[in-house]
Amino acid sequence: MCRGSACWCVIVALNMPELAQIGPLPKQDPGALNPPRHRAVVRVAHWINMLAFLALVISGGAILLAHPRFYWGETGAFGTPALIELPLPLNLDQSGWGRSLHFLAAWICVLNGSVYVVSGLISGHFRINFLPDRAEIAMNAILHRLSDSLRWRKLSEEESMTYNVLQRLTYVSVVFALFPLMIVTGLAMSPAVSAVVPAVPRIFGGHQSSRTVHFFVTNLLIVFLIVHVAMVGLAGFWSRMRPMITGRPVRRKQGI
Amino acid sequence: MSSSFTRRRFLTSAVAASAAASASGAAALLARRYGLTPPDHGGLFGIGETLTYAAHRVLLSRQPLAREFNRDQISANFPAINTVMPEDDSYRQDIVGGFRQWRLTVDGLVARPSEFSLAELKNYPSRTQITQHICEQGWSAIGEWTGVPLSLVLNAVGIQPQAKYVFFNCVDGWWDSLDMADAWHPQTLLAYAMNGRDLPVPHGAPVRLRVERQLGYKNLKYLSSITVTDSAKDWGKGQGAQGAENGYSWYAGI
Repeated sequence: MCRGSACWCVIVALNMPELAQIGPLPKQDPGALNPPRHRAVVRVAHWINMLAFLALVISGGAILLAHPRFYWGETGAFGTPALIELPLPLNLDQSGWGRSLHFLAAWICVLNGSVYVVSGLISGHFRINFLPDRAEIAMNAILHRLSDSLRWRKLSEEESMTYNVLQRLTYVSVVFALFPLMIVTGLAMSPAVSAVVPAVPRIFGGHQSSRTVHFFVTNLLIVFLIVHVAMVGLAGFWSRMRPMITGRPVRRKQGI
Repeated sequence: MSSSFTRRRFLTSAVAASAAASASGAAALLARRYGLTPPDHGGLFGIGETLTYAAHRVLLSRQPLAREFNRDQISANFPAINTVMPEDDSYRQDIVGGFRQWRLTVDGLVARPSEFSLAELKNYPSRTQITQHICEQGWSAIGEWTGVPLSLVLNAVGIQPQAKYVFFNCVDGWWDSLDMADAWHPQTLLAYAMNGRDLPVPHGAPVRLRVERQLGYKNLKYLSSITVTDSAKDWGKGQGAQGAENGYSWYAGI
């Protein structure tokens, strides 16, 4: 009880300074007050998550080398037909540290992600910055935005201060679909968790199916990471990195 | 960069850092207070081990059963890895004689240290369960196991109240341990039959451990003795398992 309320205090305290400014400011009057682009929670959570995600991918790779085959259903092993057999060298000696690092990083990812999601719900971060306007979700608007992006049309300063519909839909899927799927399929593989909630592996079609989905969603997240980093590079590396580090955008013309 | 900006940033970081530090400190104290730290809780990875072990012990406090399956789901192909034939000479001679020489000794913090033959274990009420063996490598297979619940053997020898771990030694030199929650669990078996037949040698004959809520490597093969203790300190490096010394978690409920 006591620890729970302490948690809330921290979340509110972290949100407080920028709560007043985050509001609708970026959309209406970008740059007028040089508003902080990302709140402290978002910035800290972003970099902790980056480290945890990299550790998860590396350690997940180490675990995968012990059995680079995927199956559908409950069971599967050498000697039973595989759904996919990856052309990777079999290595049975890397899963000890691999598992220890994987589960340490998973705890960090889940705890950090929970703080981020709770604080984002309270502060309106998701509602303001992630939820697309109703008009934007129309197929025409999405295609229009997609063709703009593909033709590298330069963004106005106003546009660059807010997320466009493609970014919004991507971030919503990453935060509310892909990461939760990773966590649930990961938990589905635990013989202890499946004893508590047998439905968890069952909804994915069994233990091995959960493992397979875990692997495919990993690939989607890696694709997201590559596109995300490429976009940051194309949009101007420091103009995008600085807001995520110090919370301040780089102002054009006026210098830094 | 204005001074209010840096001060605000300093304050928020300080609040966040102290909250995180006190939360993890409180969590560590609570874990120790309720005995929720695993023997391999040291080091950086020990943080993850402790979080997982403590969380699972709370989640599993009502001792739910691991998933059980139907007979038609039993895997035709059930791999046997690591030791598939112990090198011990007397063990090999015993195979021919149907393990008539084999004994399971049970000692440590028990009222009546005892020795059980295979026939004696088979005289106890048995349990049969069809469960999934999940290997840490990534493969899994379903098999049917029959054996005496470890709890019946522990009751027969009389466990002293300060007991905290049950250690197992194997013919091939491997050793590991369980906490009392898993030791008393109804699905934890000293299994002597697999898929309706005597346990085959590659799968750990004459008797292997089944711990269904943990990964395959906790299900020791070729059992030879059981020792009940109140501490993991005197075993190897004190991490509770030979596997833990090679980097594999002592608690493998994942």
